[in-house]
Amino acid sequence: MAALTCQEMVELVTDYLEGRLGWRDRRRVRKHLSVCDPCTRYIAQMRETLELLGTVPVETLSPEARSTLLDAFRDLRR
Amino acid sequence: MAGDESELLASLRAGDEAAFTRLVSDWSRPMLTVARGFVSTEASAEEVVQETWLAVIKGLDRFEGRSLLRTWVFRILVNTAKTRGVKEHKTLPWSTVAGEDSGPSLDPALFQAEGEPHPGGWRAAPAAWPDELAVEGSVLAGEVRGELQSAIDTLPDRQRIVLTLRDVLGHTAEEVCEMLEISQGNQRVLLHRARTAVRAGLAAYLEGS
Repeated sequence: MAALTCQEMVELVTDYLEGRLGWRDRRRVRKHLSVCDPCTRYIAQMRETLELLGTVPVETLSPEARSTLLDAFRDLRR
Repeated sequence: MAGDESELLASLRAGDEAAFTRLVSDWSRPMLTVARGFVSTEASAEEVVQETWLAVIKGLDRFEGRSLLRTWVFRILVNTAKTRGVKEHKTLPWSTVAGEDSGPSLDPALFQAEGEPHPGGWRAAPAAWPDELAVEGSVLAGEVRGELQSAIDTLPDRQRIVLTLRDVLGHTAEEVCEMLEISQGNQRVLLHRARTAVRAGLAAYLEGS
């Protein structure tokens, strides 16, 4: 089977990290990473990006909106 | 239906306020994320989420448990958001043809072309990122968070929704597929393109270009 190019490797990163590759492709990825420092760095940067994404704050409903909803729940479910 | 789901449903039907409060606090972030893809403003998305919760409260007795509670709630959410989005003349995120979902996800110019010594190989290796980035609470990590936020904001709607649900809010692939009623394959394609774009945005920022 043909070896992966770096460009092909980059397109497999998500499937690889998600554990969705079949054993053949997983082996091709590991083989490529064992000899390719740039792709090893790329995948490390992707992991670092994911770590950082987990720290980005996300808006939620305002406390006022939540208390309005609780009142509605109380009224309707009594 | 999962055991803890039928318990949750029974609590809600019995008027358990703590269960309802917990549910609202657990699900409102992903709900706002999804709603935001269909409507024009944050305020509008917030109204859609509130309207959805009201419909859920009223509809609890009618819910037959043929789907997961989450699927049902998100279906109401999406329908409410769509109606609102149409009124606001916003292009619906899931109706666009998948042009943005095909082709290479990373700029082909980063790789060598046919006829060069290593076709498909990196033209130049990705530049190293500063170690400080990994230090929690560092100035750089703080700056980068703002940069990530704008990288997320510029993603196409569907990619932004999937990435936010998965990587920012930490939902599993299964949960995201349920919420959005999309296939695992579709979910992964959107996630892959979004992650690739966000890493590239971060790389561009760190390399100061």
